Amino acid sequence: MDWQGQKVVEQLMQILLVISGVVAVVAGYATESFRTTMLIYAGGVVLATMITVPNWPFYNRHPLKWLDPSEVEKHPKPQAVLAVGSKKKFSKK
Amino acid sequence: MHSFGYRANALLTFALTILAFMCAIASFSDNFSNQTPSAQIQILNINWFQEEPHGNDEVSLTLNITADLQSLFTWNTKQVFAFVAAEYKTSKNSLNQVSLWDAIIPEKEHAKFWIQISNKYPFIDKGHNLRGKDFNLTLHWHVMPKTGKMLADKIVMSGYRLPDAYR
Repeated sequence: MDWQGQKVVEQLMQILLVISGVVAVVAGYATESFRTTMLIYAGGVVLATMITVPNWPFYNRHPLKWLDPSEVEKHPKPQAVLAVGSKKKFSKK
Repeated sequence: MHSFGYRANALLTFALTILAFMCAIASFSDNFSNQTPSAQIQILNINWFQEEPHGNDEVSLTLNITADLQSLFTWNTKQVFAFVAAEYKTSKNSLNQVSLWDAIIPEKEHAKFWIQISNKYPFIDKGHNLRGKDFNLTLHWHVMPKTGKMLADKIVMSGYRLPDAYR
């Protein structure tokens, strides 16, 4: 999942859970049935899980652009630092 | 939101927090219910009234209990526990309470009832204070919720009196 997808998924999860909580309480109070509240909320949690937890492809529409391997070879890492450190150790002994 | 496990954990924690809020709201909504319970108790007969071998008074009564506790039930009620207590004053203690009968009412339909029984639990005094005693019969109830705060209340019925001599 890319950065944009992660942000969307977090907001979506919070909104879905809050809405299913509110709907559950209101529906249960209106029908005088606590059972209704719990069933609606459980359904809401399962729905939110199915939508936000797995790594669906539509969350990866702005994929990160990693550096191409062929570009890496053209710019080698500098090696000078290693040699200076080892010379210092020999002189102390 | 970096991995499956991270998202699953975040969702579960948030869902449980919301569930806690929902239960608090459900419990709070009980304050808005209009409760009008009523009850009447009649003593039909004093079956016997004697002194126990080790010195305490004991009396056996036949009670006729009529009650309508239906308005106590809300959407958040699991059951109502009701009991009848005899309350009286002695020279030693300002309040003595003896439980005579109790019942668990699981549903609204069972909350309007009429029952005639002798006392379920023995009415025994600590001492010899019951002769000629004036006492109250109080119907107490505890409304036990599915979630949240329990409510306890009572109706006091006074004017009952035990006979002056043993029978």
